Amino acid sequence: PVKQGRNRTKRRKRSKPFAGLSDVSISEDIPVEGDISVPVGSSRQDDEFSTLDEPVKDTILRDLKAVGNKFVHVLYPKRSSALLRDWDLWGPLLLCVALALMLQGGAADGAEDGGGPQFAEVFVIVWFGSIVITLNSKLLGGTISFFQSLCVLGYCIMPLTVAMLVCRLVLLGGSGTASFVVRLVVVSASFGWSTFASTAFLADSQPPNRKALVVYPVFLFYFVIGWMILTFSTSQ
Amino acid sequence: MASANDPFQFKEFEEAGSLLEANRDATTISIEDDDVRPQKQRKLGAMTPDDEEDNLANDDKTELLSGQKKNAPFWTFEYYQTFFDVETHHVKERIIGSMLPWPGKNFIHLYIRRNPDLYGPFWICTTLVFAIAISGNISNFLVHQGEPQFKYVPEFQKVTIAATAIYSYAWLVPLALWGFLLWRNNKIMNLVSYSFMEIVCAYGYSLAIYIPAVILWIIPYEALTWCSIVVALCLSGSVLALTFWPAVRDDHPRVVIAVMSAIIGLNVLLAVGSKAYFFSTPEPGTHDTNASTVRLSKTTPHT
Repeated sequence: PVKQGRNRTKRRKRSKPFAGLSDVSISEDIPVEGDISVPVGSSRQDDEFSTLDEPVKDTILRDLKAVGNKFVHVLYPKRSSALLRDWDLWGPLLLCVALALMLQGGAADGAEDGGGPQFAEVFVIVWFGSIVITLNSKLLGGTISFFQSLCVLGYCIMPLTVAMLVCRLVLLGGSGTASFVVRLVVVSASFGWSTFASTAFLADSQPPNRKALVVYPVFLFYFVIGWMILTFSTSQ
Repeated sequence: MASANDPFQFKEFEEAGSLLEANRDATTISIEDDDVRPQKQRKLGAMTPDDEEDNLANDDKTELLSGQKKNAPFWTFEYYQTFFDVETHHVKERIIGSMLPWPGKNFIHLYIRRNPDLYGPFWICTTLVFAIAISGNISNFLVHQGEPQFKYVPEFQKVTIAATAIYSYAWLVPLALWGFLLWRNNKIMNLVSYSFMEIVCAYGYSLAIYIPAVILWIIPYEALTWCSIVVALCLSGSVLALTFWPAVRDDHPRVVIAVMSAIIGLNVLLAVGSKAYFFSTPEPGTHDTNASTVRLSKTTPHT
């Protein structure tokens, strides 16, 4: 890496715009050596240098591992900064698409008033809802950044997506009262888990006298998503 | 607050001294709160004359800040941040105040007090939209439960209709009212004038009583439903009426009657319209029982 730095400087000095500087004593007499880039850490420089040449499989696997790591953090929400520090929006996108796909095929395709939410409606609710909640928390003086908050809210939909999967499996067995009770319990538990997980990540960034003001919209958001999952019924 | 401080108190002298170092010409105020925002506002060096109308200690900070609000132009983020300058207990007080009308107590003067917020109106409207949609869905399910032909549908599209109705009530009606009051203010000198945000606040918080009312409508008893509608209407209508009465009372009597009846009439329309559209009434008479007896007689011999 040090050699790279030195070659770059010498190349620049020999290009035409600097021809006028050849009168100055600096250019040829004293060889300029050293590292021009800010020494953040040699590992950072290694990464920036090496990710262009690595095989695509490595890049994808590394991103997938990061996403999977964050899923694990949502499953066991302790106050870690992993979700906040390296935010990404791949996980929320995957979860949102999965949830919207699973909510398809709902009842009554022919009804004009009824029917479950369409794919676009689920998408809009999840993303627009996350954006509104993020704006709300920023306007109330939160210190979390916009994309970090989107990342946290998106990842914390994971328990609800798992609940949706469980609900679909339960509905395969029938749609009587017993299955409704089971679905109710599963959806309530995952709704509580989602809200708890996201407040564990978001609550620290708010001033203490406004925590309830920030937590309530998150509660409403996951409640509405939970409601969409609970009322899903297949046409039989 | 400023006059009560002894400027030679040891603690305050340090703060005032450090502020004077930064800006020699500033008048300094010392507040015991050590939030970040009042310190930032203090360094701007302005002092507001609104102190004398405030008697509660915990609202002093908001009073001092109110004269410095809206310094930012409206296309910056900070401008909208001034509308979210509320704390949890403020929102709670405002919601409770909007449910309990008291003759002589003006909601805007008592609770909003030059610190209108957008948090309350927006989230109360959103909650009401989802409460109406979800309660309407549950109530439909409960009403039609026994019928064999009934197929449960989530009726998700009604959320958009509910959202349109409630948001336009909560934002367009205050706009119209504000414009109307502004126009009348040009003709008749009024002591009381409200800014647009304060009217939005009044309307937004007055919708808060409907949230428990809408949840009560799930229970399919007509008497209970109409009783709760009447109670909710009385409470929220009287809060609105008491709030806007001082603003129009000096006007021509016909204008006064027109404005008051418009305010209350729109409120009634919203409540009754929501009830009629989103909640189906159990009809104990002709329609449903005839259909179900016809079906029963086809399947089993029924006498």
